[in-house]
Amino acid sequence: MLRFTLNRLAQSIVVILVVFSLTFFMIRLAPGDPFASPKAMPPDVRKVLVERYGLDKPLAVQYFTTMGSYLKGDLLPSMSYQGMWNSKIIKDAFPISLIIGLSALGVALGLGLPAGIIAAVRKNTWLDYGPMSLALIGICLPTFVMGPILIAIFGLKWRLFNVAGWFEKTDWVLPAVTMGLIYAAYIARMTRGGMLEVLNQDYIRTARAKGVPGWRVVLVHALRGGLLPVVAFLGPALAGITTGSFIIEKIFNLPGLGQHFVSSVFNRDYSLILATVVLYAVLLVAVNFLTDLLVAWINPKVRLS
Amino acid sequence: MSAVLDVKDLQVSFHTRNGVVRAVDRVSLKVGAGQTVGIVGESGSGKSVTCYSLLGLIPQPPGRIEGGTAMFGGLDLLKLSEKELQKVRGSRISMIFQDPMTSLNPYLKIGSQLVEPLRLHEGLDKAAAWKRGIAALKEVGIPEPTTRMEQYPHEFSGGMRQRVMIAMALITRPELLIADEPTTALDVTIQQQVLDLIKDLQKRLGIAVVFITHDLAVVHEVCDVVNVMYAGRLVESAAAADLFAHPRHAYTRALMRSIPALQKKGEPLYTIPGLPPDLSYLPSGCAFRARQTPGRQALCLIDRQPPLQEIAPGHWVQACPGCVEGGLPL
Repeated sequence: MLRFTLNRLAQSIVVILVVFSLTFFMIRLAPGDPFASPKAMPPDVRKVLVERYGLDKPLAVQYFTTMGSYLKGDLLPSMSYQGMWNSKIIKDAFPISLIIGLSALGVALGLGLPAGIIAAVRKNTWLDYGPMSLALIGICLPTFVMGPILIAIFGLKWRLFNVAGWFEKTDWVLPAVTMGLIYAAYIARMTRGGMLEVLNQDYIRTARAKGVPGWRVVLVHALRGGLLPVVAFLGPALAGITTGSFIIEKIFNLPGLGQHFVSSVFNRDYSLILATVVLYAVLLVAVNFLTDLLVAWINPKVRLS
Repeated sequence: MSAVLDVKDLQVSFHTRNGVVRAVDRVSLKVGAGQTVGIVGESGSGKSVTCYSLLGLIPQPPGRIEGGTAMFGGLDLLKLSEKELQKVRGSRISMIFQDPMTSLNPYLKIGSQLVEPLRLHEGLDKAAAWKRGIAALKEVGIPEPTTRMEQYPHEFSGGMRQRVMIAMALITRPELLIADEPTTALDVTIQQQVLDLIKDLQKRLGIAVVFITHDLAVVHEVCDVVNVMYAGRLVESAAAADLFAHPRHAYTRALMRSIPALQKKGEPLYTIPGLPPDLSYLPSGCAFRARQTPGRQALCLIDRQPPLQEIAPGHWVQACPGCVEGGLPL
């Protein structure tokens, strides 16, 4: 277990280093720079800016100074939001995305798991067809359709929630449900598939031959194996879902992190791009580590070494 | 001898998109106390379905029990509800299966799987059940049972897993054990050990055993009574010694000729030509007619199914004039 953790830690450092380097160099390949704007900038202003952010130095020097700051925990100032530090931008935006993401995940698991399990157990009955048709609709329906539908019903018609913005305590509900429903659809289908495969195994027949009651066969004998695909999916999904969705944030006008992933690229905000991508990489690596622990706990055949 | 299990005219069919498959057609068999009864036949002959349907283990739908009775200790197994069957399964009738590699749950500890019948049927608490589990592993000859209880199936070899299956089946001291090809998936050397173990435990505990197999050598070794099945029906049923000495039906004789050990070296091995008939389109007459070589094919019934007939005391055979050796007594 200790060896596994250390091993994983070493791997993670390499992964993050590679992501850091690739991002650093690849954004420099894109045409334009942080200070390119439709309005021509006076050359001397531009010169001051370029010098201030150190963009006049050789790329290798920039690379190592940037890495030096990151190692000290300094994510550098943003290049397009002048006077803002990247760490402050992330500190403001990430909690919002995290709240919405985690509640969306709650919605997704709360709906998807039971629906998938019931559909698998009651295969080829309306308890299977009904939820699975809904799930298919959920998968096909993009968030920018689902979101406005929910806004129209709960925001405009019943006036239960604000249609957009991040002001009141309940403002997380609609975005979380929008995102959660889509994920619930995926999880329901995955759960059904996993459970169906397990329910056809010989050891399920053994359990029934022992006189194990039906619900216990499902919960004790089938669930662990049946959930493995979902657990494997959840790791990467968790990193994606908690770093915010650009579309959801646009629909509900939220100051989340998702917008920065997109706008920083359009702004050629070299330092903010790097900060957001490295944050995502760190999250992904951490969550994958947790997923591996969870899979090993579920499946005794997986050895942590 | 009083019968532990008395099956009469069991009929099971599967209603599929391609028509009705008559998997088991009017099969009757009796299992006496302490007896070992063999059911022999090729794959798809209905031997497993016969036993699974007794315990409600066939998927319904598409499976359906169309008729018959199966008396077990005053209960008709075929009439019991799923809840009532659950109380019988694993406590009074246990099963072991063909493939020990897939029949144990890979996600659960051996111990918790092993003692599950005790917890369910005898309501034992965890500690008491665990103790019985250790004793059960010892009984089937698994060394270091205390450590083994904490392990998972992938840490066991195939033979050891089948021993666990046997321990699990017998832990509640059932009256009847159904063994569905328990040695088929094992190495030859392990096969013998597992057979010996089953025989030994059966003698010690006095349980009746239904032994499903396609291996006649195994039947010869363990069974008191043998039922030969073909295309969902019994073709011959007799005491083992009688059957092996005087096989009457052409199918039984063909099966015996197919045992490789009994054939001359250097000659091509004898096999039964063709495949068993499609059970959804059974021929109207003798089902074995198309493949039969040991008897006189021309005499086989073609208009009706041959009925079972007792041609010697306790020796029943499907009375098809082409298949029965020496003709039929009138």
